[in-house]
Amino acid sequence: MPSSEPQDSISATILQLNPKDNVGVATGNLEQDQVAAGGQDVLRAREWIATGHKVAIKPIDAGEKIIKWGMPIGSATRPIAPGEAVHLHNMKSDYLPTYTLDGSNPYLP
Amino acid sequence: MKGFRRSDGRKGIRNVVAVAYLVECAAHVAREIVLPFRDCDVHLIGFPGCFPNAYAATMMERLTTHPNVGAVLLVSLGCEGFDRKRLAEVVGASGRPVESLTIQEAGGTNPSVEHGRRWVGRALEMLEETPREDMAIEELVVGAICGGSDATSGLTGNPAVGRAFDLLVERGAKAIFEETGELIGCEASMASRAVDPALGQQLLGAVEKAARYYRRMGHGSFAPGNADGGLTTIEEKSAGAYCKSGTAPISGLLKPGDVPTRGGLYLLDVVPDGEPLFGFPNICDNAEIAELIACGAHLILFVTGRGSVVGSALSPVLKICANPETFRCMKEDMDVDAGRILEGKACLEEVGREIFQRVLATAEGAQTQSEKLLHREFILTYKQFEPVGAGPNRDIFCGKSG
Repeated sequence: MPSSEPQDSISATILQLNPKDNVGVATGNLEQDQVAAGGQDVLRAREWIATGHKVAIKPIDAGEKIIKWGMPIGSATRPIAPGEAVHLHNMKSDYLPTYTLDGSNPYLP
Repeated sequence: MKGFRRSDGRKGIRNVVAVAYLVECAAHVAREIVLPFRDCDVHLIGFPGCFPNAYAATMMERLTTHPNVGAVLLVSLGCEGFDRKRLAEVVGASGRPVESLTIQEAGGTNPSVEHGRRWVGRALEMLEETPREDMAIEELVVGAICGGSDATSGLTGNPAVGRAFDLLVERGAKAIFEETGELIGCEASMASRAVDPALGQQLLGAVEKAARYYRRMGHGSFAPGNADGGLTTIEEKSAGAYCKSGTAPISGLLKPGDVPTRGGLYLLDVVPDGEPLFGFPNICDNAEIAELIACGAHLILFVTGRGSVVGSALSPVLKICANPETFRCMKEDMDVDAGRILEGKACLEEVGREIFQRVLATAEGAQTQSEKLLHREFILTYKQFEPVGAGPNRDIFCGKSG
């Protein structure tokens, strides 16, 4: 069962669901360079990140598992720095490819 | 809470006249029959295919004898492959008024439509006499699905449904979650919750089968809107979807048409057995809703992030909106605002309890938003299943789903 941290959520704009996670979830749109409280740390968003999208909250190596809810949800396809968006341009499924219509990934490759 | 009592002892929370076409060629006549009864509980269901299919036959048997259904009109063209005599016998044996209309015998469209409408009118009058009896929470079967998911689905809506499921299961009700193709990566956790190790193995097997099946399709159960909404992989979507199952032990694995008789949490395996014969398993959300209903679900909890508007024929759909923006944009289609959790206006516990209360209110007759908007979607396609084995499922009332 994916387990969650109690949400310290009213003021936080990056939600860390589990202490093992290396990504958090933006609860509102984040502007580039916006400083947001995320879990234990304060992070600077390296780019604009949409509501609900993932933000790296720890450095991630290429090939490393992306952990959310304390569970692996895929692997990084290249190194990711804290504060970067994490989505189709830098991670992939370990099971099945994800198809989208054009424009589904707003982050530059 | 009072339910409509049927002769097999089960109680329904609605009293529907089902008009069922048995091939697409009969669908227009069936739609015309239903048309003047738009503001009544007269619901259209049916199977479009001419070739026979054991799964479709089982589904139609379960749906036409569902506790929410009071009377049934079957509409055939006359030359199709569906075994209409057997279906009529099954419905008749269940004690429900049933009428078989064969268009080629009735003389074509107009005589069929006239005859059908007259019968439906009489059926509605008959159903006013349906006895109502006290119904306990433990008699409820509640299904849950998520559709139009985004990243908020797994943060608010699905976990809140999980809380509601825990509340229902604690009170002896049956709760069913499904979509094995969207539980990829969750299999180890599910197996650890199984009431016995043999069931644990079956759960692992069900998810492995789903992963193989979708790999063969070359496309996972993932829509473009999921990615727009922040979900990147099928595992991530699955982890969020899995939250709707709550924390109760898993009591059994169902196939479409298996109706659980003992209280507890069940997983419905919707991915066909054997070689992929018929293409994608569940081509849209209503396909799964129909399968949950065939397992006896009185109502369906539906979590949406991007904003699904669907309801269903036969069983009401309670729409739980996980995304606060979507709720603001499509308020009239939504029953519960779970997105407010993200805005700090409520906690998961509170929304979970709200969903539980709404389940009881819906069972007592309160109309859901999709009911008010007359959403009565239905879809049934070709599939194949092997029956669920004995063992952990020995206490399930098992129709042969295969």
